[in-house]
Amino acid sequence: MSRRSFAPKVVTANHLLDGDVVYLSATGEWVRDLARAELIEDEAHAQIRLLDAERQKNVVVGPYLADMAPTGDGPVPTHFREAFRASGPSNRPEHRRAPPAPATPDPIVAPRDTVRQQDRQTEGAL
Amino acid sequence: MYQYDDFDRAFLDERNRQFRHQVERRVDGSLTEDEFRPLRLMNGVYLQLHAYMLRVAIPYGTLRSDQMRALADLAERWDRGYGHFTTRQNIQYNWPRLSDIPDMLDHLATVGLHAIQTSGNTIRNVTADHFAGAAADEIADPRPVAELLRQWSTDHPEFQFLPRKFKIAITGSPNDRAVTRSHDIGLRMIERDGEAGYEVLVGGGLGRTPLIGQVLRAFLPKADLLPYVEAILAAYNAAGRRDNKYKARLKITVLEGGLDAFRAAVEAEFPARRAAFTGVDQQLLADITTFFAPPAFRDADVGLLHTARAVDPVFRAWTDTNLHPHRRADHAIVTISLKAHGATPGDATAEQMRAMADLADEHGYGELRISHEQNVVLPHVPADALPALHRALKAHGLATANVGLASDIIACPGMDYCTLATARSIPVAQAIALALQEREAEVGQLKIKISGCINACGHHHVGHIGILGLDRAGVENYQITLGGDGTERAAVGERTGPGFPADRIVPAIERLIDAYLDLREGADEPFIDTYRRVGMDPFKAALYDHAEDTADAA
Ligand code: HEM
Ligand code: SF4
Repeated sequence: MSRRSFAPKVVTANHLLDGDVVYLSATGEWVRDLARAELIEDEAHAQIRLLDAERQKNVVVGPYLADMAPTGDGPVPTHFREAFRASGPSNRPEHRRAPPAPATPDPIVAPRDTVRQQDRQTEGAL
Repeated sequence: MYQYDDFDRAFLDERNRQFRHQVERRVDGSLTEDEFRPLRLMNGVYLQLHAYMLRVAIPYGTLRSDQMRALADLAERWDRGYGHFTTRQNIQYNWPRLSDIPDMLDHLATVGLHAIQTSGNTIRNVTADHFAGAAADEIADPRPVAELLRQWSTDHPEFQFLPRKFKIAITGSPNDRAVTRSHDIGLRMIERDGEAGYEVLVGGGLGRTPLIGQVLRAFLPKADLLPYVEAILAAYNAAGRRDNKYKARLKITVLEGGLDAFRAAVEAEFPARRAAFTGVDQQLLADITTFFAPPAFRDADVGLLHTARAVDPVFRAWTDTNLHPHRRADHAIVTISLKAHGATPGDATAEQMRAMADLADEHGYGELRISHEQNVVLPHVPADALPALHRALKAHGLATANVGLASDIIACPGMDYCTLATARSIPVAQAIALALQEREAEVGQLKIKISGCINACGHHHVGHIGILGLDRAGVENYQITLGGDGTERAAVGERTGPGFPADRIVPAIERLIDAYLDLREGADEPFIDTYRRVGMDPFKAALYDHAEDTADAA
């Protein structure tokens, strides 16, 4: 058997009724807060937990294993897609469900071209 | 405008009742997700990244004011107070609860709207020129034909399980505003020797294999439309590949088998189909056409408009960009921009939807349109009502004067909402709009289109500047294409080279704009014409002189 290291995982899905992103906790509850999700560091255990989740067809939709990194504050996403799932859409801050997770890409800002900005100021002064 | 008759209403009520039961059975566990998914998709219900999404069709982009108010009701009562208008003349609600969706559909049915066939391997919402019935350059109003196609295709038993989704667009104007060449079937209403008919295009499409539609029939007599379209669908249904989802669209059937072979299959099918139509469709079309009679236009005083333009530069700027010539000289077509700088393209709040409905009643004969460019259109506004309309729009944050300019960007939902996304799309649009705001009037006509994955819902292939967001080893990377065009001069954009990371994409676009301003022969040469004249190289130089900006260059 291959001994390649296993990236830690959480079980995640969408809630059947409201579609909200949920995570499986160590005690088997579906929680909305990623910090409370069970971080699974063993591959066999991960498969068992996924099977547990897949049996709950009337509670969640589409459970799968998502890569996470362990931190003192619980699991955090390693890929930006999971970061968006954990925190909500970035274009409407009022609809965020959690502060941006660590793997969230930076906001895309319109950097002011400083050279052109200076040109304009010069023009204005003339 | 088309009004549902008893048959339409009964059909819709029955369909909604069925779906309500399906939802109940899903919630109580009698249906599994595998069983339920195709059923919900048939009714426009997707599961997205953060929530369910309901996609409501706005057939051929035409709305009455009461329908717009119902869309506002949905946003307010069952969603988070806003809706998102899409490139396919649909509106999407991003946050409905599954158990609420049957109530939403029932509410839509009260105004004759639905979500049927907004998803799945069926004939989707038939789209049309958003200026249909109003534009000065129009040969004929395409909407009665679009409605005929809608009635014929809705629940058509033969075409509920096509190899893949199927999109039809129609225009009645030689200036193609419906992107007909990127649809499975594009219909252009034309006249030949005084006889009305259609030019039939097939095999267009965007997505992972962008192709420009080709002429299947240069002239199809008017009466042959439904049997001919049916023959196309039948030939595709038989020949379309079901083994590979990525090769299942009609464009691939045409590409792999060749246009001539496909034409032969269609023509072989056609006689029997035509014989089966007894002319009842033409009678129906005649009946439908009466619903699309133009409103009782009043005479308007154009002088008032010109006085207002002279005294109010803000109004003047708005009339320069957001008006389009109407078939009557004393009326105008008004595009209400849903692209306020820095806002999400295509989003409108419930309050804004109601305001637009009220303004349509007050100044526009109660009619509205949704454009594939994610804006709202008031198709008939008397010239002397424009100043008052503009004042009212300003009060609702709807008077942005940027239609056709750099910030009038099409952007798909991308990674902020879409499960299929490989990168963000909306925030790129927001940042570009802000970056170019000050000089976009100087830049002039420019279409920037952004997709968050290869599916190309944001039409990036036909953007003058197209941006495609990809996931390169877990990092967002944006590819640029240039020279795309969605009009009658349709073209697929050409890739410039390596993509740019998220924090370098806006400066890259700014460099393209700088290059264009240097290269153009004058202010009346728009970006696309300059590109066609000078080609890719000078733009490439502008992009990649800063080689450290690309991810792949490292
Ligand atoms: C709803 C209908 C109309 C709209 C939306 C409209 C819009 C405009 C616009 C955008 C301009 C500016 C063109 C430019 O600056 O290059 C303009 C100029 C002009 N229009 Fe109209 N127009 C309309 C109807 C008419 C009609 C019916 C007449 C004549 C009877 C007319 C006469 C003029 C004239 C003489 C100018 C040039 C003077 C100026 O810039 O104010 N317009 N119009
Ligand atoms: S282009 Fe891709 S990311 Fe954008 S909406 Fe379509 S599927 Fe989603």
